Amino acid sequence: MTRFILRRLGGLVFVLFGVSIMTFFLAQIVPADPVAAALGTNAREAQIEAYRRQLGLDQPVVVQYVRYMGRLLQGDLGASIRTRRPVADDLRDFLPATVELTLAAMLVTILVGIPLGVVAALRRNTWIDAAARILALIGGAMPIFYVGLLLLGVFYRQLRWLPGPGRLDSTLQPPTTLTGLYTVDALLTGNWPVFTDALAHLVLPAITLGLYSTAVLLRMTRSSMLEMLGQDFVRTARAKGLSQRLVIGRHVFKNALPPILTILGVIFGSLLSGAVLTETIFNWPGIGRYATTSVTTLDYPAVMGVALVAAVIYPLVNTLVDIGYSVIDPRVRTN
Amino acid sequence: MQATASVPSIRGQRIQSPNALLLRRFLQEKTAVFGLIIILFFAALALLAPTLSPFDPLAQNIPNGLAAPSAEHWMGTDKLGRDIFSRMLYGARISLTSGLTVVVMAAVVGTIIGLVAGYVGGWLDEALMRITDIFFAFPSLILAMAIAGALGPSLRNALIAVAVVTWPVYARLVRGQVLVLREREFVQAARAVGAGHGLILRRHLFPNTLSPLLVQASFDMGTTILSIAGLSFIGFGAQPPTPEWGVMISEGRNYITTHWWLTFFPAMAMLFAVAGFNLVGDGLRDVLDPRLRR
Repeated sequence: MTRFILRRLGGLVFVLFGVSIMTFFLAQIVPADPVAAALGTNAREAQIEAYRRQLGLDQPVVVQYVRYMGRLLQGDLGASIRTRRPVADDLRDFLPATVELTLAAMLVTILVGIPLGVVAALRRNTWIDAAARILALIGGAMPIFYVGLLLLGVFYRQLRWLPGPGRLDSTLQPPTTLTGLYTVDALLTGNWPVFTDALAHLVLPAITLGLYSTAVLLRMTRSSMLEMLGQDFVRTARAKGLSQRLVIGRHVFKNALPPILTILGVIFGSLLSGAVLTETIFNWPGIGRYATTSVTTLDYPAVMGVALVAAVIYPLVNTLVDIGYSVIDPRVRTN
Repeated sequence: MQATASVPSIRGQRIQSPNALLLRRFLQEKTAVFGLIIILFFAALALLAPTLSPFDPLAQNIPNGLAAPSAEHWMGTDKLGRDIFSRMLYGARISLTSGLTVVVMAAVVGTIIGLVAGYVGGWLDEALMRITDIFFAFPSLILAMAIAGALGPSLRNALIAVAVVTWPVYARLVRGQVLVLREREFVQAARAVGAGHGLILRRHLFPNTLSPLLVQASFDMGTTILSIAGLSFIGFGAQPPTPEWGVMISEGRNYITTHWWLTFFPAMAMLFAVAGFNLVGDGLRDVLDPRLRR
């Protein structure tokens, strides 16, 4: 077991090393000169030269990379050209919003995707199965930016049932920062008005972001359940006279779970991708919107920071899923 | 002796080629056929866009801006008075060719790398697969956006960016197939009769990886259409006034409740086109790989 975990973590370190080379390379292919962009068009030649030396851009690429790597290992992601703050500080401010949104979308995904997938499999070829499959088809093919705009238009602008863009009403003060997740912090400090408002702000973006992953999870749950329902041990369990509840709960669902867990890891990556679009539409101050603004302004230290953090989170989650999976099912350790 | 039996048969049953058999099984999948019809419909619209479109997709007519759907403008007009139906048709051209371009680029690069990795094996395989791991680490849209932004916002660069994040899937897929196939008897036999590496790769390994490739390509057509539209929506893909579906939704975003037709039609076009490719992908997978049958 320990060996398995060590091997996985070793692979993770290698991937992260590769990721740092990729993000570094990305900044190299930007045709725009970051120095000229930072100093503006009126900068003098000597000024540009001095700034270039200050940033170490006069050194060979390899030296630049080694220095970049050295700074990374100390947690220094460089300074943003646009905000003129350390990128690490910017990310610390923007990341909690994305984490909160992603977790909320994950919750929507699990609460809708799994039960609906289970029911669709149990009631195969009934109207409920048909409805679930249509939902999966639409959810998997709908452009999420249209969904977001539509939900905002209908439930905020038209019906006024839910609040509009942003994380919190402008009249409210954000709760004391503990985790950075407004709903959790408000709950922990007993700040009821902020909790309800933050929760209401989460509903539309979470549904928007979660729609696609709900479709994916629903399909996976349905097909995994169907596969297990056809197994011999299920027939045996039924033949023994076990109740439907026991057969489904203990024999079918439990065995259908591993592929569902695996797909949850994959879903997490698609949520981070979807967050870019969702945050843009809902003016959500997370790293997705930070990334979009940074790419637009060619603020590549910031883009490298976001890409790096995103590329660290995703394999980390998948490694954790793998390790968790090997605890449930010892067979995977040997692969 | 009669020479009429042109179709070979066993006990009166016609023998069909494997491909004909697969085609027949595919045609029995009702939803997949439905998907195929949708795709062919969009392909026809895209091909015939210049003939079918009643107006120039770029022609402005500001006095007639934001006109509701009518007999003259079937899907209404946008804020600049451009005919949405005409723009939709040209949008189908852009989306379908975008999907095809990305999938072909990604599949060609990925297949070559996967073939080499799986066939050569050893450290080369290890190195190539670790490279795909690195690509998989990034959430695809974030990486695509960073690449598209670095290259400069344009449809062409968005296509390159999406292809760059898509190829590793094909490399993994093909490598996995090759690893299994190269130990099979027919490959051993080919080697035994002295076939060279190039011939084995081309004639024996590559054709046998085609089925899973086709399934993956079908799903990726849908995913790519959405990714390109998403990149265009946030400004890193096709640029206005290009009649691209993502651009159209972006331009109509402020009119979503007051003038629904600006965004509704391009969104529905995307929904149907992507669903069409997904349905075909499902059908192909069921037919080509019965083990995965749902």
